[in-house]
Order: sequence, then structure tokens, then C-alpha cells
Amino acid sequence: MELTAFIIKAIIILVIFGLTLLIAMYSTYGERKVAGFIQDRLGPDRAGPWGLLQPLADAGKMFFKEDFIPAQANKWLFIAGPCLAMLTALMASAVIPFGSTLRYDGIEVAVQGVEANIGILYIFGVVSLGVYGIMVGGWASNNKFSLLGAIRAASQNISYEVAMGLSIVAILMMSESLSVGSIVAQQHGGNWNIWYQPLGFIIFLTCAFAECNRTPFDLPECETELVGGYHTEYSSMKLGFYLFAEYINMFISSAVVSALYFGGYNYPGMDWVYTQLTAAFGDIAGHNVATLLGTAVFFGKALFGVFFFMWVRWTLPRFRYDQLMNLGWKGLIPLAILNILITGIGVLFIQPSLTAFLK
Amino acid sequence: MNPTLSFFYFLSFLTILSAIMVVVSRSPIHSVLYLILTFFCLSGHYILLNAQFLAAVNIIVYAGAIMVLFLFVIMFLNMKEEEEKFRGNVTKIAAAIVGGTIFIILFGAYRKTQVGTYNPYEFKSQTGMVESLGMVLFRDYLLPFELASVLFLIAMVGAVMLGKREIGERHF
Amino acid sequence: MLTDFGILLLFILAGLGLLGLILGIGRLLRPDRPNPEKNATYESGEEPVGNANVQFNVRFYVVALLFVLFEIELIFLFPWAVVFGNEDLIQQTDGRWGWFALAEMTVFVGMLILGLAYAWVKGYLDWVRPKPAIPATESPVPAALYEAINKKYESKTVNKT
Repeated sequence: MELTAFIIKAIIILVIFGLTLLIAMYSTYGERKVAGFIQDRLGPDRAGPWGLLQPLADAGKMFFKEDFIPAQANKWLFIAGPCLAMLTALMASAVIPFGSTLRYDGIEVAVQGVEANIGILYIFGVVSLGVYGIMVGGWASNNKFSLLGAIRAASQNISYEVAMGLSIVAILMMSESLSVGSIVAQQHGGNWNIWYQPLGFIIFLTCAFAECNRTPFDLPECETELVGGYHTEYSSMKLGFYLFAEYINMFISSAVVSALYFGGYNYPGMDWVYTQLTAAFGDIAGHNVATLLGTAVFFGKALFGVFFFMWVRWTLPRFRYDQLMNLGWKGLIPLAILNILITGIGVLFIQPSLTAFLK
Repeated sequence: MNPTLSFFYFLSFLTILSAIMVVVSRSPIHSVLYLILTFFCLSGHYILLNAQFLAAVNIIVYAGAIMVLFLFVIMFLNMKEEEEKFRGNVTKIAAAIVGGTIFIILFGAYRKTQVGTYNPYEFKSQTGMVESLGMVLFRDYLLPFELASVLFLIAMVGAVMLGKREIGERHF
Repeated sequence: MLTDFGILLLFILAGLGLLGLILGIGRLLRPDRPNPEKNATYESGEEPVGNANVQFNVRFYVVALLFVLFEIELIFLFPWAVVFGNEDLIQQTDGRWGWFALAEMTVFVGMLILGLAYAWVKGYLDWVRPKPAIPATESPVPAALYEAINKKYESKTVNKT
């Protein structure tokens, strides 16, 4: 019995890894297709039907390219940089609840890598470690462009991390738990946090864009001033890791946004669907099918988030660096603190009277 | 031996090894990276003690924030390996004497102290959880908590003063 | 039986294994013919000058310092947020707990804002604004000519769209 639970967990871990990688791979394809659509052109369409094999072709290219390590670079740190970037990107998916529970042989297993008591702090910690991949890689290259790009990226990431943490605090004030699983479970049905935390949502989303170094915050990479930024010297699969980490981060942050603000696997009318399914397939099978449906809903939300990332990239121009810093320190942090105070008053004053009114 | 105990020994070995490497490695950036590894091992110890919040905070604050500052400083001063200044023997001997003295003092102090024991029947596994920490912090230790904010204010003013520049000076 | 954090450790190990596997496969497949030119540091096609020994703006360092302080304050907010709306405590204290906790945190965050305001007023959050220099070149073509052409084709482009 313990062994089956362990095997199910192992399978879940492998599936989460595989799915994250697959989604990241097809995000590169999706990005180019979306760009093509927005700019009124075709996008990749040569490899396979509709260009569907394009990501595989790209991966093959990455594998077969020659890999240079610059003579002046610090060899081990040069290799460690992209590995750290990729590892931190992959780690965050461990605590994201992709669905409620699966029943098998009398055991209930959550569709989640780890149900940790400190889930949200874990995500926050992994995000704060994300800066190392960039800094170590940029420093080890021993290239002026790389170093400047790395410093820029690191400054940007740490500036927006504070506002991100403050907007998470506002969520915690409502949920009273650090576990992502219970935060999602509390948003049962259509009772999503976005209705209570619109300001916090906007702050979090902005910070997510900045943390992923995506347009309009893609300053570390700047062809006219910094060439490729922190990955100027990288080639082959190591460059692939950096690019891949960006897409994984995009998916993970969309997943986190949908878990924190859009109810994760919850959708309006899920109770009705649940009773219908258990009536149709029996208790266990119906429960499992309902869970899988919830997981599909979750992925739908997360993938829409990824699409939103791309949409913004091809719509908005980028910020200037002073605008970016002003937005982070003078705009988002005061707003996030204000949001905490508003949430506090809301929880203490409006919520009790509202529940009394509804009763 | 049960797996937790062997894991504890492995983790302790790793902690001490990386801590030694912090001191031994010649390049400051390697030292910082080993220090980060040390913090990770310490977080592992916190998790073994079921102090989950502390483990996460250790990663976020030490590994995520303070070490980033260290890296910034190292990059800022650009201490590359080739440029490392020759350290005289006098410095080494002085450092060894100071370190040895502190070690002897600490060793003497620890030898005399009563190591706290725990009663397995009264052990609360929930002590390290964030909820109980919040309760204790905001009920019993309110004044130190508020005073800490004054400390932060002072630190912030200090940070701003550190970054003070001469008029007309401009870096890129 | 593995605990939750054991699984987390497995996650990290699996991630490391995956990275090693990918890099290993890449190493087997790709060509490896380095030469000094390939391994030279990229500097816009020029011979690299020195190493990456550049001084950058001290503001980056100040930002990192401020970040550390904010991060620690943030850590204090997490346990507060968890116990803040605690129903039991509010019931026990007749609703006073919530206000008390909020006031407590307002003082704490007030200090934080004070620090931020200080840095703000002192101008440490102001970044150097780029001042784009508009190139002034002597051209034999007078500017009025361009305007005339623009005016001439203005109606056509409007008609087209």
C-alpha cells in the first residue's frame, strides 16, 4: 500500500516534469505562431504539418551545435549558470496543485508534487534563487556585455520581488495558510481571489512579467546596447537552457497566477458536474474523472496565461531602465503596501458585515 | 541505522565540508557559492527539525537576498582570481591565533553548558509551523518586534548614506 | 515512507539528473573543434580590451541593500498575515484582536514606508535618465523640403487606408 502511494507520487513527479518540458517546448512554437498571427504572417510551417515538429528541430539544432567556452571564462561557473537557471525554473512546479485528488485502491493522492505547509514560501524562495542563474552565468562569461546584462537583470528581479512578496501577503491575509493546496481549495467554485484582490492581481502579474524578464521588462537582453545580455557568450545547449528556462518560468508563473487568483482547478458549477459524474460512473471513477476535468481546467487557465505573456510581448513596447526602476520602487511597492492595508480593513470590517448580511 | 539519522549525518558532513570550503577557496565568488550551499544544508537541518517556516526563511533571506548582495559586492569590486593580492604570513598567523582563541573559548563555554534535553512525551511537532510562530511573535514578543522595525529604519538610512556620491561623479 | 520534503529532495535530484542527461547527450553529439578565435571573448568583433573589469553605478548596490531590508521586513509580514484574521482569537477578544493586529502592523509598515520615503526624498530611487542627443547635422537640403513632401503624400496615404 505504501509502495503504490510512492509509485503514484513518482509517476506524478515524472509527469509534472515531462509536462512542464513539453509545454515549454511548445511555448516556443506557440510564441512564433502567435507572433506570426499578430504580425499577419505565417510563422513556422515547414517542419511537419503546420510546423508542429519545429520545437524538435530546434532542440536537435541545440544538441548538434558546437559549444564554446571562452578562454577567459570561469569554466565551471560558466556551465553552472544555465544549469542553475534551469533547475530553479523546474523546481517551482513541485508545489503547484494541478488538481484535487485521485482515488486509487482506497488511497487518495493529491495531483500535486508535494503538499507542503509552506508551499507559497517555497515558490517565493525558488523565485528569489532564480537570480543566481543569471548572475553566475553573466559573471563567469567574463564579458562586459554579459556582466552588465547580469547586473541589470539581477537588479530588476530583486526590485520586483519585494512587490511580489507584498502582494502574496495580501492573499495570505485572506487564506490564513501558506499552503498553495489550501489556498486553491478555499476558492471553491467561482469564489476566486481575483474578485477580492484585483489590485494585488495586477501587481503580482506585473512582477511575474518582470521576474521572467519578458517584454515589457526584457531589458537584460538588448541588442543595441548589450548584444545578448547575460547570455552573449553562450552557445549550444547551454544557451538552450537559458531560453528554455524563460519559457518554463512563463508557464510556472501563469500556473501560480491561476492558482492564487483564478481558483486553480476550481470552476463555477463544479459541484453540479461532480454529482453528475459520480452518478454516471460510480463513486471512485466519477471522482477521478472530475479531478481530471479540474486539471484540464487548470491547464486551460495556465495556458491562457502563457498566451497572455506572448500577446503582451508583441503588443507593448519595452520600458526604459529608469522607468522600470521607478515603476518598481515608486509605483508597485507603495501600491502593494496600500493593498495590504485595504485587505486588512476589508477582512476585519467588510467581511463580517457581509457574511452577517448574507445570513 | 534509520534513514533520517543517516541523512542527518550526511547533511552535517556536507554542511561542514561546504563551510570549510568557504574559508579555503581562493576565489571570493567560489566562497559565496559555497556559503549558499551551506545555507541550503542548514535549511535541510531545519526541515529535519520540522521548523519549516525557518527553513524557507533561511533560503529566502540568506540565500536569496543577502547572498545576492554579496555577489553584487564581489562583482562591484571585481575581485577576480588573477588579481588576488598576496597575503603575508603575518596575516595568516594572526588569523590562526584569533580563530584558535575563539574556538577555545567557545569549546570551553560549550563544555560547561547543560545541553537542553527534550521529553518525547511533551514534544510538540507543530512548534516550528508558521501559525504558532505568528502567535508567539505577535502576542508575547510585540515590543521587540516593533523595535526591530526601528532597527530596519536605521539600517535603511545607513544604506542610503553608504550610496552617497560626490557631486559630479558618475559611474555606468 | 517518504515525507513531503523527501519528495522535494527527489524533485531536486531528478532535476539535476535531467540536466546532466541533456548536457551529456549534447556532449556526445556535438562537434568539438575549438580554436583561439572561437574562444575569444565577444566584443563586437573587435579584439577584446582587458577583462570584464567595469565599474557600474553605485545605485545598483544601494538597490540591493534596500532589497535585503525589504525582504526581511516581508518575512515578518508572513507570520502576521497567517494569524491576522484568526477567527478564534477574534472571538476570544471580542473582535479587538483584529484591530490590534492591524494597528501593530500599521506601525511596523509605517516604519518601512518612512525608510522608503527617506530614500525616495534623498533621490536614491531616481535612476539616471538617458538624455538622447538629437544629432544636428548640416544638410544642404532644407527642412522645409521634407515637410513639403510629407504634406504632398499625406493625402495619398490617408486615402489608401
